[in-house]
Order: sequence, then structure tokens, then C-alpha cells
Amino acid sequence: MFIDGNGAAGVFAEALGVDITTAVITCAGCGAGGRFAESHVYDHGPGVVARCATCESVLARIVRTPTDAWLDLRGARSVRIPLPAEGADASS
Amino acid sequence: MSIVSRGFHGRREPAAADLPPGQYLTRDFPVLQAGPTPRVDLDTWQFTISNEAGAKYTWSWRELLALPSEKTTTDIHCVTRWSKLGTTWQGVSLDTLFADVETAADHALVHSYGGYTTNLPLEDLLDGKAWIAYRFEGEDLTPDHGGPARLLVPHLYFWKSAKWVTRIDLLNDDEPGFWEQLGYHNYGDPWREQRYTDD
Amino acid sequence: MTETVVRRRTPWLAATVHSVRSETAVARTIVLDVPGWPGHVAGQHADVKLTAPDGYSAQRSYSLAAPADGERIELTVQLVEDGEVSPYLVDELLPTDQLEVRGPIGGWFTWHATEPGPVLLVAGGSGIVPLMAMVRERARAGSTAPFALVYSTRGPADAFYADELAAADIATTMVYTRTATDTRPAGRITAADLPDAAGARVYVCGPTGFVETVSDLLLAHGHDAANIRTERFGPSGG
Repeated sequence: MFIDGNGAAGVFAEALGVDITTAVITCAGCGAGGRFAESHVYDHGPGVVARCATCESVLARIVRTPTDAWLDLRGARSVRIPLPAEGADASS
Repeated sequence: MSIVSRGFHGRREPAAADLPPGQYLTRDFPVLQAGPTPRVDLDTWQFTISNEAGAKYTWSWRELLALPSEKTTTDIHCVTRWSKLGTTWQGVSLDTLFADVETAADHALVHSYGGYTTNLPLEDLLDGKAWIAYRFEGEDLTPDHGGPARLLVPHLYFWKSAKWVTRIDLLNDDEPGFWEQLGYHNYGDPWREQRYTDD
Repeated sequence: MTETVVRRRTPWLAATVHSVRSETAVARTIVLDVPGWPGHVAGQHADVKLTAPDGYSAQRSYSLAAPADGERIELTVQLVEDGEVSPYLVDELLPTDQLEVRGPIGGWFTWHATEPGPVLLVAGGSGIVPLMAMVRERARAGSTAPFALVYSTRGPADAFYADELAAADIATTMVYTRTATDTRPAGRITAADLPDAAGARVYVCGPTGFVETVSDLLLAHGHDAANIRTERFGPSGG
């Protein structure tokens, strides 16, 4: 059973320092684009797997070991991350 | 060091048995999965061993069930730290399936319906150490636990016991599987606590 | 702006329980003081980590139930039968106890008081929690954005925040799946339970099946998929 991308954003934020839920990820498998928040996340396992909501291909995987985060984004053709406008405050 | 929460012990049994390091006893059977549960039609189900020369040895569901089966009772150890003791399985020993397979390869890459993979040395699949299991505790193996059939290699962490198994490729060169590519140990011996790549 | 950009590492922070209050027989709100909490937007989550004396730890993600009050935050947690974390949070935790939190997390399922609306909130069970944060943020900010809430529970006794919702100046429709009322037989949510709300931004939160059902109803009613934001929670929790 999967959950929304929202529910597993913590481990990505820890590794990347950005909130990935608002990022638009384009699936390398089927070409569909969608917010990470709307991907299907499987978080009951050795790591966290985010799958395309359209075709269920793996978009992103992350494993948190005691010392490192291992990230695989091969399933994403692109990851578009909204950033604050230049010169704006760093949060919100 | 983390802050200890007063009175929190987790839902664990006290370690009454000699468990591998860092493991905790559980009585239920957690369902771990990295994707949707494949629904495999038994009429089209296949299990294939492919050797390093590309020769294929394939069994249908009917052919698998016609092979002599074994019952085994074993402890299983998940890298997410739960262990379950005395689980009973029924399936076909890989020794039986490999009986006519010609190979000089050292490595195996196991494939599942749904795309999951895991690698291990071929010798860890032989000599009574591994099965294609299709019954658990006397019942048909349910889809959430890997049915119709899963690999059972209980002497390694349970991510090696691939659910929904469909193919084993024999390789001259080792090729890391789904979790082995991403920080998990290439071999995964629970008694040596080989959880992560550098353990 | 319609989404929250968060660019910051999210470390674990020590939290101390300020108070707890019951919402239903199996759910309660936990008020935490979290020194260093950076603030959050309605709809966001926090991860909670519990650690046992021998170092064993378990973590779960919970929605924040209210706007931040400085470094004070609120989570509402529903008991998951046979769960590992929720029974501790619902039945054991007392004021002055400590745990760790990390957040805020998630910038997509969020609502900002600067948005004019209209907004339709659709909650299934404990899916009300992040939506309640939006209702409270609207009140806190003095927003006049038109809000409508449809809230599905098994029966009246299972509803969180009932008095507060009854007093709020938003149109609330209760849907009971197991209790018949004068105006509605017991049963799962249907198209008839959803207001027209043309052009509204819609937030749907609940169990996976509920979210799928409501999304299908909204799309069939002509809502634009781009205006529907969903948050599913699996049977994971615990």
C-alpha cells in the first residue's frame, strides 16, 4: 500500500535540504510530469521508493543509513524544484 | 544521542532467543514492499533459470508443483530489525531446480515480477540453503508476502528472499540488485550484521 | 503564492509535551514546545521520533493541527490498533515528557491565508487534521476566503474538533458512514454530499480509498484536476 509523496518528504528534505514535495518530476518511463507530492510512495521497506502515479515506474529511491543518504533519481527525466525568487528571504 | 522518551519501548518482544545483533523479535509478519503487489496469473506464471551462456531452464506453475517439495522451519531476519522465529515454509529446493543446469558462474541475480532484483553468490542458493517457496504456515503464500512463490534464503537478511520471484540469471560478474545498489550490503549476513555497504 | 518553498536542512529537535487533550475516545491532540521550531504553513507535517532506553527508535509522520504559536505546535494523533507509535502517543504520553520532532515537511498540500479562495476541504476520518490547520489559519489571519468543509466519519462520536467546527463561520457538512441522521442515511460519501464549489481549490485528505473516491467524484463533477490537492495515508501509520 502506498502513501502520498507528502508523507515521506522528511528523508528527502534531510538529504537535499529542499522540500521535494513541490518539485515537478518527469517520469523517465512514461514521460508524465507530476508533483512529487502526488507520486506513490512505498515507505515500508529497507528504503523509500517513489513511483510515478501514472505508470508506477520508480521515480526516486532513497536509503538512509546511519551515516549517509543514498539517492537514486534515474527514474526521473527531470526534477524541477521551485526556488525562492532571487533576493527573497530563504524561507516561504 | 537521541532523547529517550519515558516509557517508550516499541512493540517488541523481549529478546528471549539468541537473535542476530541489533534484531528484535516480532510475532506478526510485517509486509515490506517497494511497489504495488503484482497479480500473477498461475496460468502464465513462469520460473526461469538463465545461465551465463544464455541457456534457459523454465518451469510453469504446474511443473513447479510437480517437483518434489520440502518443508523447512527457519528463523527469518529483516534488515529493518525484526526477526521472526520458527516460520514454516514449503517449496522446491533450488538444488532440485539446478540439478540439470550447466553453469560455471559464481553469481546470481534474482528477478521478480514487478521489477525487483537482488544478487547473491550462487553457492548461497545451493546445498539446502534456498527454496522457491509457495506455502507459508500450511497455507498458500499470499500475494502480500510474495505469492504465488518467493525465493527463501533465510540465512541472509530477508530482502534477499525476493517476493514474486520469476527468474534467476547466472552471471560471471556480480551485479548489485535493487537495494544492494543503494547502500545495502552486497552479501547481507545477519549474524555479522552486514546491513549497509561498509558494514 | 500558492506553494511553500522550504530550503533548509531539517534536523531533529527536542520537544517537550506542554499538554494533551482528548479529541475522541481514540484520538488526542498533543501540544509540544519545540525550541528552534522554524514555523510552518497550514497543511504541513512533522516527523515524530520516539527512542527507547536501549536506543531502539521508531518514527512516524503526523499532520500539524494548528498554525504555529511561536515554538509551540499541535499534532492530533489517532490510535492505530496494534500500532507501535500511536498507542504510546495516545495512551502513554504525559506533559513534560520528551520526544523528537523534525519539520515542517511538505509544501504542496498547504494553504496560505493570502489566498482568496474559494476553498473546499474534504476530510475522511483523521484526514481532518491538516484541514483543521487550514480552518484555524483562516481564523487566525482574519481571512474572509470562502471555505466549505465536508467531513466524513463513522459517527458523531468519531469527529474531531466538533465544537470548534460548529462555531466556525464556514459551511460544514458532516457525512456519517455508520449513523443515519434526519437528513441523510448512513453511508459512504457520494456526489450529493459535495457542494458545487465551482472553481474552488480542493484539498482532500483521508485514507487512500476515500481520497480516490472523492477525487473521482470531483472530476466527474467538472472540477479541474489541477485544482485538486490530495493527501492519502496508507494503513502504514501505527
